[in-house]
Amino acid sequence: MTKIAFPHMGDYYIPANFLLSHIFKNTEVIKAPKITSKTIELGTKYSPEFICTPFKYTLGTMIECLEKNADILIQMGGGCRYGYYAPLQEEILKNLGYKCKVLNLVSEGEPNLKRINKLLKKIDPKYSKIKALYYSFITFKMVKYMDIIDNYIRENIGFEIEKGSFENLKNQMLVTFSHIKNYRELKRTYKRYLNKFHKIKVHKPDNRLKIGIIGELYTIMEPFSNYYLEKQLAQYHIEIKRFTNVHYLLFEKAKKYKKYQKYSKDYFTYNMGADAADNIARCKYLCENGYDGIIHIKSSFCTPEIGAMPIINKIASTYQKPVLFFSFDSATSETGIKTRLEAFYDMLEMRKEK
Amino acid sequence: MSTVGIPRSLFYYYYSNIWKDFLDYLKIPYVISPKTNQDILNRGMKISNDEMCLSLKNYLGHIDYLKDKCDFILVPRISNFKKDNQTCTNFWAAYDIVKNLFDINVLHYNINLEKGKTLKKGLYKIGKQLNKKHHAIKKAYKYAIIKEKKRIKQNHIINLNKLKVAKTKILIVSHPYNLYDEMLGKDIIKYLIKNNIEIIYTDKFNPKITNNLSKKNFKDLYFKYSKDNLGAIAYCEDKIDGIIFLSSFPCAPDSLANEIAMRKIKKPYLNLVIDDSSSFTGLETRLESFLDMLGGPIND
Repeated sequence: MTKIAFPHMGDYYIPANFLLSHIFKNTEVIKAPKITSKTIELGTKYSPEFICTPFKYTLGTMIECLEKNADILIQMGGGCRYGYYAPLQEEILKNLGYKCKVLNLVSEGEPNLKRINKLLKKIDPKYSKIKALYYSFITFKMVKYMDIIDNYIRENIGFEIEKGSFENLKNQMLVTFSHIKNYRELKRTYKRYLNKFHKIKVHKPDNRLKIGIIGELYTIMEPFSNYYLEKQLAQYHIEIKRFTNVHYLLFEKAKKYKKYQKYSKDYFTYNMGADAADNIARCKYLCENGYDGIIHIKSSFCTPEIGAMPIINKIASTYQKPVLFFSFDSATSETGIKTRLEAFYDMLEMRKEK
Repeated sequence: MSTVGIPRSLFYYYYSNIWKDFLDYLKIPYVISPKTNQDILNRGMKISNDEMCLSLKNYLGHIDYLKDKCDFILVPRISNFKKDNQTCTNFWAAYDIVKNLFDINVLHYNINLEKGKTLKKGLYKIGKQLNKKHHAIKKAYKYAIIKEKKRIKQNHIINLNKLKVAKTKILIVSHPYNLYDEMLGKDIIKYLIKNNIEIIYTDKFNPKITNNLSKKNFKDLYFKYSKDNLGAIAYCEDKIDGIIFLSSFPCAPDSLANEIAMRKIKKPYLNLVIDDSSSFTGLETRLESFLDMLGGPIND
């Protein structure tokens, strides 16, 4: 029996696990252990010198999965150097003495159905295409529902009256989502939980602080890699707006690019790779719509975002809004981040009082 | 008459000859920034973001030098040469970064062969922006392109002949904008020539041959300039004695493509990374020991 594994990104291991375990009946899906500081240590040890941090996280998780006897690892590709991850990781793992295959499902940032079909046949030659389509439909819906609920939580978690009520309910929801069998059941549970979330009591003052988070996609979606930035912001009673999520990347990005380009044509004319152009447009949006501050996060050496940073700086200075830049590496200290966040929060409070 | 400024960095090493011939034929005056010196590099470091790659910092320094010496500055944007032939994302963003950081007139064109934006269209656009007539531009373009084709053919022949020489041969795997730059890579070339070593350049092979060969080492490669480099390695691996990898500090494509090449080749190699604070003495020691190891003429 072959065993499949995939690296973590936020809570999205639940839909991915759902999809893989339903398509392939004869294979076992291994749940990767949660990312800890040991994972990043393992990843850093075997990575090349100036690689971006997601490579280190995913490599660390892959090694941990291989120690649980996984045979096939799944990796995604992207528009920047993200697409090179899979071949190099396979080479590194081979040199370490593991026997495994790394499959890159998306290459060059565009999902190609023919290519995916070819790769899935490598895992199980007799898999049913119709079943795969049906279950991927449910998975995408699940991702959409999770993203909608996450957006609601982000706006309200800072103002909850009973501490931990949002987080507990979310954990419950994730457990029920992982046991779902068909689309009807999924929709029913989603509606039930959405109602429950709306019933949680919050106290939202009118003069609350609002912050937008923009930046590189992996760092923004994997909470361990940004040192639980959103949780720390919630402790300061701040409303958070975040744009990037998996549903956006899969279905909205291509449509919205033209809109973004029109909206911020003073600042960029061409696509700048990965999410850089999107982030510039979002920065302008946040400045124009009454947000108090912007936090830009990225992993260190993320080339597209580095290109966008001077332009974001320029936008912020024309609208007179504060921006905080974070560049996360494997050696970043958590206390340093806390101090900077605290200072940023104090500054925002003082600006608000004026 | 308006003068055009050409920064001697990044795109210059790919298109300088075409630009010069084209502008010469149209009788448009142009200024080329001087060879990189410490002053230009410092200017670039001041303006740029501290995490940008050294080559881009250098480029911004050149533009800063040129900004009050001419009316237009030529900054192209290169996205891809057909499918699976991307360039680095810094090449995509260079135009927008320059436009936002400096308050200057930018002369630009876009190369995106997937959407039919070719070099020809780009040069026509530039000619029109400089108020030249259509038939003059057409002649100038033909003149420039024919000359360039001859030059490239000559380079191919010279590089192939170098492979047959009896001296110690070293392949330098690098991007031309790092290798030929006065501050970044020129010292290394000078040192190797002084020690009587035949240098073979990766960018002077025929890309039609090397790009296909690159699949031997790396299957899913989609950066055009990495394809040139790795293809050249595959083409002449058994004809050379050693390989030097040369890259600027946080170079995105090189960090992955070179790493894979290093794991697959069987020849001795040296990996040099140029930093903004690195001195040549440090590099010299490493080069010397590498040549010692190859058993070059330095041993005699």
